[in-house]
Amino acid sequence: MDYYNLMRIFAFIHLLVSIPHGYSNYVETKAGQFFSSGHTNNWAVLVCTSRFWFNYRHVANTLSVYRSVKRLGIPDSHIVLMLADDMACNYRNPKPATVFSHKNMELNVYGDDVEVDYRGYEVTVENFLRVLTGRLPPSTPRSKRLLSDDRSNILIYLTGHGGNGFLKFQDSEEISNMELADAFEQMWQKRRYNELLFIIDTCQGASMYERFYSPNLMALASSQVGEDSLSHQPDLAIGVHLMDKYTFYLLEFLEEVHPASQANMNDLFKVCPQSQCVSTPGHRTDLFQRDPGSVLITDFFGSVRKVEITKDTINLTSPVEPPIQRSGSGDIQIESLTYVDQLPVAEIIHQKPKQKDWHPPDGFILGLWTLILLVFFQTYGIKHLKHIF
Amino acid sequence: MQWQSTDVEVNRSDGTKNSETFTPAPAKDQFQEELVIRPLHSGDIYASFQFRTLWDTDFLQEGQKKVSHYRLFPKSLGQVLSKFSVQELHISFTQGFWRTMQWGQPFIPSPPGAELWVWFHHTVSDVDGNWKELTNVLSGIFCASLNFIDMTNTVQPSASFKPLGLGNATDHRFLRYATLPREIVCTENLTPWKKLLPCGSKAGLAVLMKSEKLFHSSFHSQAVHIRPICQASFFSKSWELRQTLNVVFDHYTSGQGKKEWSLFKMFSRTLTEACPLASSSKVYVDITDNPEGELFELSPATPLLSQAVVLGDRRTYSVYDLTRAETFGQLRSFNLLLRWKGDSGDMLRPLLHAERYVAGFGLQTGEIHTVIYNNHPYRAFPVLLMDSVPWYLQLYIHTLTVTSKSRDNKPSYIHYQPAKDRHRPHLLEMLIQLPPHSMTEVTVQFERALLKWTEYTPDPNHGFYVGSSVISALVPSMVAMSTNFTQDQPLFSSFVPVKEESSYFVRVYTEPLLVNLPTPDFSMPYNVICLTCTVVAVGYGSFYNLLTRTFQVDEPSPPLAKRLANFIRRIRGVPLLA
Repeated sequence: MDYYNLMRIFAFIHLLVSIPHGYSNYVETKAGQFFSSGHTNNWAVLVCTSRFWFNYRHVANTLSVYRSVKRLGIPDSHIVLMLADDMACNYRNPKPATVFSHKNMELNVYGDDVEVDYRGYEVTVENFLRVLTGRLPPSTPRSKRLLSDDRSNILIYLTGHGGNGFLKFQDSEEISNMELADAFEQMWQKRRYNELLFIIDTCQGASMYERFYSPNLMALASSQVGEDSLSHQPDLAIGVHLMDKYTFYLLEFLEEVHPASQANMNDLFKVCPQSQCVSTPGHRTDLFQRDPGSVLITDFFGSVRKVEITKDTINLTSPVEPPIQRSGSGDIQIESLTYVDQLPVAEIIHQKPKQKDWHPPDGFILGLWTLILLVFFQTYGIKHLKHIF
Repeated sequence: MQWQSTDVEVNRSDGTKNSETFTPAPAKDQFQEELVIRPLHSGDIYASFQFRTLWDTDFLQEGQKKVSHYRLFPKSLGQVLSKFSVQELHISFTQGFWRTMQWGQPFIPSPPGAELWVWFHHTVSDVDGNWKELTNVLSGIFCASLNFIDMTNTVQPSASFKPLGLGNATDHRFLRYATLPREIVCTENLTPWKKLLPCGSKAGLAVLMKSEKLFHSSFHSQAVHIRPICQASFFSKSWELRQTLNVVFDHYTSGQGKKEWSLFKMFSRTLTEACPLASSSKVYVDITDNPEGELFELSPATPLLSQAVVLGDRRTYSVYDLTRAETFGQLRSFNLLLRWKGDSGDMLRPLLHAERYVAGFGLQTGEIHTVIYNNHPYRAFPVLLMDSVPWYLQLYIHTLTVTSKSRDNKPSYIHYQPAKDRHRPHLLEMLIQLPPHSMTEVTVQFERALLKWTEYTPDPNHGFYVGSSVISALVPSMVAMSTNFTQDQPLFSSFVPVKEESSYFVRVYTEPLLVNLPTPDFSMPYNVICLTCTVVAVGYGSFYNLLTRTFQVDEPSPPLAKRLANFIRRIRGVPLLA
């Protein structure tokens, strides 16, 4: 009996000790998961490279990814959206200010709250590479910059017409897979990303990620080398194909994802198998450190907000009051300020012509005078000059 | 992402002490909003929104602390104004062309595409540098490609575009004007524009701005005008920010063919409340052509009437005050209804009207014709015509002719600045006196330049745009204009300051031109490389071979048996086999 009691007491004490230990283990694993991804902010660069009305589907592709990314939490200030042509307000669009992704006009992916950063002729290979590497002219506004740091997860989505090893921009220039790989290497060396997800929806898209060599890159493409990506369905009222097959099924998949969802990259790789897409989507994970099964979709498509809740009081300093600006001299100034005459005819007629700034003589004039002087000195010689002058 | 807020314990003693020392500064800014609806003779309807924020402060103070507390005035614009020392800023984005002959004159005119003109403060030393940075910053604020504004499309008008606000020195060195006729206007330009309003698009008149309806119209124009004005009640200078949105709905496309309009039909929304931050919020409906109600029926009825002299004419308006609760009725929603009863006659012809077109054939030369109509029966008045033509249309100014009533009309002032290739556009400003009831034609011939192949846009066969001509005029007015610039005037009649009673200032924009430049075949470099390489390979290759190839007789090596036999014979000293 004593032995039993002793055993019971021993077991009870053991239990008492192990419960808090187990609890702290649980807290540690939860904390570990909290910081497992290693990124603190999310960015997205979404590019549509095609121009002209019959490439409506490429703009719809980009806008549907934009819509999903905004819905899952990435704010406009962290999205660089590049659309090479305007489809919504195009004169051929029977429903202006809309871009539809499903036929019968079910879903308007353009919405009411869109901010396009690069549009029309601004979408060029040079601007795209400058955005990625951060080498923009100093007067570029913030909304056009990719201000990522070494703890940013970036999503890059490209769509348009492509071929084996290149992507066409606006029917006039192209970017090659080597240029793209070098741009990503520059980003890695400048520590402009923590992890990068690259999705491309073009014909022979897998050729674009063949040459990547920087770490922490994961890539998805809609078709293999030698295959074409196909478009999904036309809408008879609008008259063009609305979406590409791969992005259509990608949008359907992303509509199921919500900010707290636990879907991981393996589910993303299964999007649009060959039975639906006709082309074979491909992916590349060898440069990625983590196992794709442990990477959440929201690590790239959503936005991370690490929130710390505190119960301490924070004392705010009293606000700075703007100084009273009614100075005495102000009244005197006002007497002399008046509205200007919009069309002062008499003044205009008697306007003196603007004094032209003096410019040094042009190269042509200088050359002409040099020729004249040379000929002169050759004919008459220097020693005769004193007779002439 | 869900998180629960925890109540933060406030230290009571500290809180009360802080609240005693903090007194909010008296509000020196105010916000007014109004909507003017003008039914047009063709059955279309013209709606003009105006939002005005007045702020009694000085952005351009030197030495004192920079303005840091913004209430109704948007911070993004305030920072732009103080950083670039901007005295006046006018920017507009327009889709469509204003048809003066069918719709009359707009309250605030604007050319198709984007237009930006800025007066800088006289203390600025590098105006061009400030201009370049300002266009980049504005392109980020309005999501537009304003960064394409550079030296090749900026001009410095010498007599047009005088400041619309307070100003003494009008040295035109501080004025810059640029227009982008190709600029597209869509929801992405409307979104940041709406965000500049104090109530955003959540309350007040801005609730009506739904892009699906606004862009499905014949004309859509949104603009921002910032200028310093004189506030009569305070005798001080204050800054005025006006955001205007003009839209004309076509009764065939938006109205489904019926001459019946309502707020819900136009905007797919009704009004439920005024903006709480607005000191006045009104809707005006123009009923001048409908004194007895025989033309159209307006409901809900309102006893408030207002008369205003606008664009040289005295117009009567029904006023709905949204700050009063009874405007919204029992349903708490205000929906205006206009039903046309009779057929309206012809509209009064506008006094000033202009057209522009390109004549000629081929891709080498052409002629620009600008036609200005003066429809006043007996009065002549002067107009200032400003033309800014890109450098690749090389104008021959010696062919410039101005004819009125088939006689030569010599302008009293001409300012011409020739273009410099890839550096500066042409600027032509002329002050022309228009005889009464006449048509004046200005023609100038030009030659098209061949651009370098990298300067073509990705779609060069579309053509290249030439910006609208601007015609500024003082048109004789039918009624006396009031020169009093008071606060009580409705916003739409108090935009342009009036100096004399007998005429009003108006600006008319012509159509932009679309010209085709000689376009090369862009596949030619590839063709040339292929052809050249083939020719070089075939021609030079064979020539090289002919000269340097030598022929040598080569004996095949004998079989093994013969070689062995030869070896033995060599040892024996006997002659070898063949």
